[in-house]
Amino acid sequence: MTALLEVRDLEAYYGRTKALHGVSFSMTAGGITTILGANGAGKTTTLRAISRMVRTAGSIVFDGTSLEPRVTEDVVRLGIAHAPEGRGTFVHLTVEENLRLGAWGRRERGSLEEDFARVFAYFPVLASRRRQAAGTLSGGEQQMLAVARALMLRPRLLLLDEPSLGLAPMVVREIFRILRAVNQDAGVTILLVEQNAALALDLADHVFLLETGRVVMEGPSEVLRKDDAIRRAYLGY
Amino acid sequence: MMSRGTRLVVVLLALAVACALPFTLSNFRLFQFTQVYIYAIAILGLNMLTGYNGQFSLGHGAFYAIGAYISAIMMDRWNVHYGWTIPVAGVLCLVVGFLFGLPALRLEGLYLALATFSLALAVPQILKYFEHWTGGSQGLVLSKPSAPFGLPLNPDQWLYFVTLAVLVVLFWLGANLLRGRVGRAIVAIRDNHIAAEAMGVNSALYKSLTFGVSAAYTGVAGALSASAIAYVAPDSFNVFLSITLLIGSVIGGLASISGAIFGAFFIQFVPNWAQDISKAAPWAIFGVFLIVFMYVMPFGIAGAIRLLWIRARRSRVAQVPESRETAPTQAPTSS
Amino acid sequence: MEVFIQQVVSGLATGGIYAALALALVMIYQATDVVNFAQGEMAMFATYICWSMLNAGVPYWGAFLGTLVLAFLGGIVVERVVIRPVENAPILSIVIVTLGLLVIFNSVAGWIWTYVQKPFPSPFPSKPLKAGNVFFSAHDIGEIVVTLLVLLCIWLFFKFTPLGLAMRAAAHNPVSSRLVGIRVGWMLALGWGLAAVFGAVAGMMIAPVLTLEPNLMGGVQIYAFAGATLGGFTSPGGAVLGGFIVGVVENLVGTYVSFIGTELKFTVALAMIIVVLLVKPTGLFGISVVKRV
Repeated sequence: MTALLEVRDLEAYYGRTKALHGVSFSMTAGGITTILGANGAGKTTTLRAISRMVRTAGSIVFDGTSLEPRVTEDVVRLGIAHAPEGRGTFVHLTVEENLRLGAWGRRERGSLEEDFARVFAYFPVLASRRRQAAGTLSGGEQQMLAVARALMLRPRLLLLDEPSLGLAPMVVREIFRILRAVNQDAGVTILLVEQNAALALDLADHVFLLETGRVVMEGPSEVLRKDDAIRRAYLGY
Repeated sequence: MMSRGTRLVVVLLALAVACALPFTLSNFRLFQFTQVYIYAIAILGLNMLTGYNGQFSLGHGAFYAIGAYISAIMMDRWNVHYGWTIPVAGVLCLVVGFLFGLPALRLEGLYLALATFSLALAVPQILKYFEHWTGGSQGLVLSKPSAPFGLPLNPDQWLYFVTLAVLVVLFWLGANLLRGRVGRAIVAIRDNHIAAEAMGVNSALYKSLTFGVSAAYTGVAGALSASAIAYVAPDSFNVFLSITLLIGSVIGGLASISGAIFGAFFIQFVPNWAQDISKAAPWAIFGVFLIVFMYVMPFGIAGAIRLLWIRARRSRVAQVPESRETAPTQAPTSS
Repeated sequence: MEVFIQQVVSGLATGGIYAALALALVMIYQATDVVNFAQGEMAMFATYICWSMLNAGVPYWGAFLGTLVLAFLGGIVVERVVIRPVENAPILSIVIVTLGLLVIFNSVAGWIWTYVQKPFPSPFPSKPLKAGNVFFSAHDIGEIVVTLLVLLCIWLFFKFTPLGLAMRAAAHNPVSSRLVGIRVGWMLALGWGLAAVFGAVAGMMIAPVLTLEPNLMGGVQIYAFAGATLGGFTSPGGAVLGGFIVGVVENLVGTYVSFIGTELKFTVALAMIIVVLLVKPTGLFGISVVKRV
């Protein structure tokens, strides 16, 4: 199987500061991959590099298309949806308007109602909040909205940045259950950045471990889960 | 940035050149330089407020006008010696500025800019309204002061030296103020007023005081201009004066002491060049100058010099890969 | 009482002009945090273009619509060509650029059309309308209707069209907007285009009253500032209402407070701004923006 996303020698800069020092990895279509690592390891930066939100060197190829010469808006049009760190809610707009915006960069036209039905089936709570200002939602609901907004694109690749951050364990489990469903029903490939390693290892089939801007370990999640170093550092037992 | 020694040499050289000018330039040119120094004082005042303290003012022409009229009325109605009117104008503008600064404390950014902007609009009308004192729209005609003690200087040369002396004193005071403890407090309020207050800076007091000192500088400049031009009229203090001062401040470089002087040169001479280029639409040329200047030097002249200086020193130390995103997001502080 | 009603109506008419320009200022402010000081001058320039078309024999409403289209394109061009290169510069530097635009438009207008005042036609009949014992100028009423129509159109546009939604999103949250694929830069340019349209409407409606000259909009822009500040720079609806209120208050004060007359009009605007800001620093309908430290 050829790779959906192929990253080679990726370096990223904030001003003069280098945040990634040659990250390489590839993802096959249909899988769930997670990037683990401590704070400041470069997890978020990796996602931002794919979405062209930081200055980079190296190559990122998505389904045969090179991403480096593109701007964020065009990356979205290739079918890469990014639910960013901090959720990026349009707080002044209603839930429905947030979702409509999610479909803005969609290539295929077709009716929005179908997509509304689909995301409301995953997140019924959003349906009941449809006309409410998104800023009034709870943290968990806003996270669901972020994922739902990303799904409105009918993405081929979904980039998720810490969907568990600041949420109650029950809500987190719910969101992860839905992510698995999204992956299985619609065949959406997911790249997940997560600090909650136990959860991420459960969901993902492939894992990369990032340390100070470098990939230090990678492999199938069943294998890495049994690795002593990973267990001590990230799973805490 | 520059070492103390280098800076002192630069300042002394500039002063030496400034002292030689009256004996080489025509009276008209000399008057233009006097005007530059007057603008520089006013712009330094504005700079303290906007650049160092982060309070936007689009109405400093109002304080300039108040200073000019205080001086003119004292000279015209009460025959007070011009030398006394300058400090009086400074003190009164300090009070007015402080009082205006008190309610302005509640306003931030744009709202303060608009409040000061309307102050600038209102002042000429108010001046016209109190005709008895101000001579209405006719204004007041004054006489140019001549050199005392039989010094062999004509009035233009004498005024030039008076202005230069006031400039040196005020810049020296200003530099000491801004580089010392008070200056750090003022900048801290601009950068993060909550943190500043947490460290024990009385932000309300400092902000109003900065407003007062800033108005005092600009008022002194106005008082000097009354003598230099020997005439005050409400319409010479219209809103364009305020805008011109702001332009000088930003073009010169906010939050920089030397920037006030660069900015003053710009607003005094660039309109003249524009006039030379196109008689038909000089202001259009001036507008183009302004825009191009901001493209080339978004941090003003002082900011550009500082960046060049840093780059020159860095390239001597080591070859660092050039990056597009090195431009500072905040105007660099201190001269 | 008749005088009072007449003054209120004519205040609403000028207030509508302030409202349109205030809305233009607020739209650009919301999207970019920049007050466009050239807004009034762009409006004046558009009004001159309309005058030139009328002079060339174009019928009034044709020239009116033609001017709106040109103003829209002009606004977009100004944003793309002049503002875009400084979009990452400090706010005050961008403000200086708009000041540069102000003097350019003013000076070029004086150069092309001279500073001689020109009469500008009103599309409305000169015969006053009579309701009971009260007479209204037809132009005043027409002005109010036109402004309200424009405001209604723009409200519908922002509320119910995908493009309007994308523009609002881009103004409130540019980062997230790019992440859903909105071309934020173009949305800003569209905003400038729309703002220029409001300005053009204001200019063409006020020119018959003030007569056309390069300094046509100077005073109007100040009152638009007052209106926008009164209503709150963060609230488009508030800015519109603020514009109307400023117009009415200005008129009533000018009529009933004898010592003010026309001489101290700006002072009245100042006093109003200061009073409102002291009571409510974010304007009547503004929301205070909570900044993270």
